[in-house]
Amino acid sequence: MENLNLILPEIFISLSIMFLLILGVFKNDSSKITFNLSLFVILITTIITFNETFSITRETLFNESVVIDSMSSLMKIITLIGGFLVLVISSTYLKTFKIYNIEYPVLILSSILGMMVMISSNDLIVFYMGLELQSLALYVLATYNRDQLKSSEAGLKYFVLSALSSGLLLYGCSLVYGFSGSTNFDIISNQLNSEEYVLTFGIVFILVGLAFKISAVPFHMWAPDVYEGSPTTVTLFFTIVPKVAALTVFIRFLYVPFLNLIDQWQMIIVFLSIASMVFGAVAAIGQTNIKRLIAYSSIGHIGYTLAGLATASNEGIQSSIIYISIYVVMNLALFSCLLMLRRKDQYYENIDDLSGLSKNHPLLSLCLLVILFSLAGIPPLAGFFAKFYVFKAVLEQSMYFLAIVGLLSTVVAAFYYLRIIKIMYFDKEKDKYDNDHSLWLKLSLTVSTILILLYFIFPSQLIEVVSRINII
Amino acid sequence: MNFPILSSLILLPIVGALFLFFTKDKEGNNLTAKYVALFTTVVNFLISIYLWISFDQSTSTFQFVEDRTWIEGFINYKVGVDGISILFIILTTFITPLCIISVNNSVKNRLRDFLIAILIMESFMIGVFCALDLVVFYLFFEAGLIPMFLIIGIWGGARRVYSAFKFFLYTLLGSVLMLVAIISIYWITGTTDVVQLYEIGIDVKYQNLLWLAFFSSFAVKTPMWPVHTWLPDAHVEAPTAGSVLLAAILLKMAGYGFIRFSLGLFPVASEVFTPLIYTLSVIAIIFTSLIALMQEDMKKLIAYSSVAHMGFVTLGIFTLQQQGIEGSIIQMISHGLVSAALFLTVGVVYDRMHSRLISTYGGLVSVIPKYSILFMLFALASLGLPGTSGFIGEFLILMGAFKDNFLVAVIASIGVILGAAYMLWLYKRVVFGKLLNEDLKKILDLNRSEYFILSCLAAPILFFGFYPDPLINTIEVSVTDLINMHNTNIASK
Repeated sequence: MENLNLILPEIFISLSIMFLLILGVFKNDSSKITFNLSLFVILITTIITFNETFSITRETLFNESVVIDSMSSLMKIITLIGGFLVLVISSTYLKTFKIYNIEYPVLILSSILGMMVMISSNDLIVFYMGLELQSLALYVLATYNRDQLKSSEAGLKYFVLSALSSGLLLYGCSLVYGFSGSTNFDIISNQLNSEEYVLTFGIVFILVGLAFKISAVPFHMWAPDVYEGSPTTVTLFFTIVPKVAALTVFIRFLYVPFLNLIDQWQMIIVFLSIASMVFGAVAAIGQTNIKRLIAYSSIGHIGYTLAGLATASNEGIQSSIIYISIYVVMNLALFSCLLMLRRKDQYYENIDDLSGLSKNHPLLSLCLLVILFSLAGIPPLAGFFAKFYVFKAVLEQSMYFLAIVGLLSTVVAAFYYLRIIKIMYFDKEKDKYDNDHSLWLKLSLTVSTILILLYFIFPSQLIEVVSRINII
Repeated sequence: MNFPILSSLILLPIVGALFLFFTKDKEGNNLTAKYVALFTTVVNFLISIYLWISFDQSTSTFQFVEDRTWIEGFINYKVGVDGISILFIILTTFITPLCIISVNNSVKNRLRDFLIAILIMESFMIGVFCALDLVVFYLFFEAGLIPMFLIIGIWGGARRVYSAFKFFLYTLLGSVLMLVAIISIYWITGTTDVVQLYEIGIDVKYQNLLWLAFFSSFAVKTPMWPVHTWLPDAHVEAPTAGSVLLAAILLKMAGYGFIRFSLGLFPVASEVFTPLIYTLSVIAIIFTSLIALMQEDMKKLIAYSSVAHMGFVTLGIFTLQQQGIEGSIIQMISHGLVSAALFLTVGVVYDRMHSRLISTYGGLVSVIPKYSILFMLFALASLGLPGTSGFIGEFLILMGAFKDNFLVAVIASIGVILGAAYMLWLYKRVVFGKLLNEDLKKILDLNRSEYFILSCLAAPILFFGFYPDPLINTIEVSVTDLINMHNTNIASK
């Protein structure tokens, strides 16, 4: 008998989704209660995940098709916390656009479920199932503000391109299956060796599909449009939660089934990383919409995360995970600021709308200042340490070119972050924004900003948690 | 030493800034904020004086060392001072309160935020000078960019945005390579602790590249020709207090870095690249002095003179002679005092006339004599007249240079003459001559706070000019040991 306790979080969350759907159908005006219940569900799931799996080094289930290890439990917890915070700060926004419906929390829960399956997958089929579950939920979320043209457009674009990438991914999977004779990651790992050149096609197809999901250059085209068109809270969800899940799968693919083929994929990852870092930095310069800018900046940040993966070492994986965790906090803080730019039921999302913010809203702009400098990677803020660990791992493998290109692109990236700071601090002020934000929004902004600001005092804690992850 | 005196020096301004953050003043009245800031920095100055008094001058080992685990098994938070760094700390804590007194006249809006920025800046600068771990050093070195960017950008002049961006991006670009070098050092030697690195040394085959990476950062910050162009822009647009901090302390970080890291960690490479440094320094001295001669803007003139003076400093450091290095350190301290004073004197007339152009002025001596006397003292100190601290530094540097390379020394000496030329010409055009501008007749002489600030700066300039022993005694042992260490390293390789 399998130890089902290990997948208790997934079981609990799927039962809750069904229950919430039934509740939503049979009870009138149930959006508020669904919202609160789903928050509760995520909270409970987090606690279960923490209790049941956090101390486990590595266990497998169902013919080794599901794996529970220290990486999966940590990433699940990050996913869940991210989902919780997105849900908790979206209510005001959704009410403003009159889309405060039961489907929103249910869709978020389903995509989280999909991601949890993805994170734990140790088998091509399980992985694909989780991926599709989360993608389908995300397509709907992107179009969630269906009265707006841009939102529908975003959903459609996302659907078409994502379906294409899923197709590529599936094709890659079938090639890999054809060569190894199994869908299980561990068996594939044993079967594959670097002799098989045709196999490289399979790897490339899989990597392309995955690169699409994390929006690495040159498979990033969907990101700016989708990020701009989707409702802001959904964009927030897009920028953090699916990235965490997709990165985990990326790590798992590279270091379990394809571990023996490092020579084949290392160049690809290095290229993806360099292209993303450089392109993300350069393309963001001309943007006027904050959400588009964040899209490009997140492309750049994914580049740094991939730099850690390209090292083919445990330190590299750990540094990537540290990077993505800090990135999640920074993006959460950034979007909390963005959601505060509200005046008379209208949200503002152009960079010019920040003009002179420091005079009317000194505290908000101070937070934004800290966040932006952190995103730019200026010490002593958290963003610097994130980059520092990555480049430490990269230089350990003597990959000087990658490190120098990466650090030079931080200088370019610093330019557009500085531009926002310039607009906030040096330019003339505009009208005031509303000050009646929800408690949760204020709380999430304050806590995440303090985390960013004071990370340097306790840098060891995060490292300690992450250092338990040993994939290789 | 149990009491963490250096950490308290670093932390106190931040605590003061936090405190300021919660003070509230009525519109237009910022007395509380000013007193809090002033009190913090004066206490910090007194602590640093205590540090100097209890400092043991007879040894070159690091004193008041604090060593705490920071990131497990990787970086330790390690700070400490020796004879070289202690003077820079005192310079920092001495200049900052003067800056804060001076803001009354120059900063009109958001004074509280300005003071917070200055206090945070102070703690980062002190951190740079006492860090004994490369990562900690880098952290403080880079973190200083944030407050300085804001100081220039928010409170600066007309082209402030351009200057702030140029300042930030130039220095960031310089420093990223240093970060690569620091991490590489960690992987080569297994530590980033400076004291340990001094002992174990770094393999010769890596030294050249690492030296160049550090050089790229320090050269921008010094600034050396040809990457000096950010400095005049930043100086001209920054508010007076910002220019003072920039000239007096920020530029010294790089000179300090050259002595502590380039010489100390990479002795062989330093030897290899000495001709490069000589060439750039000599070009800086001659070329920027000539540029300074042509300037119409007083602040820009002083900014270019800073580049020339820092050229002397880098020249002195890489003579690798006792006199040269001692001279460089004294020149840096002296330049810290003199350039601060010069920017403040320009600030005084700028606050009254709102013009930095030399042509606006002329004949000031007949309306504001007190000002003219102090201005003269600082101008003479800047050109290195015997009896002022500027002379000691330049003289020692040239002595060191003559020992090492005759030709370079001769060319650098021409720079001294050029220095006298632009400074005296500036003084002549501003202070002497006929009083043509009608508006100047109503100009007021120094008020009490300005008088106080300028005399505070004049006193040490004169004192150390006649009696440099306290400075030389403090640095002597450390410099001697640095050179001995350097020579044994060279001999063994």
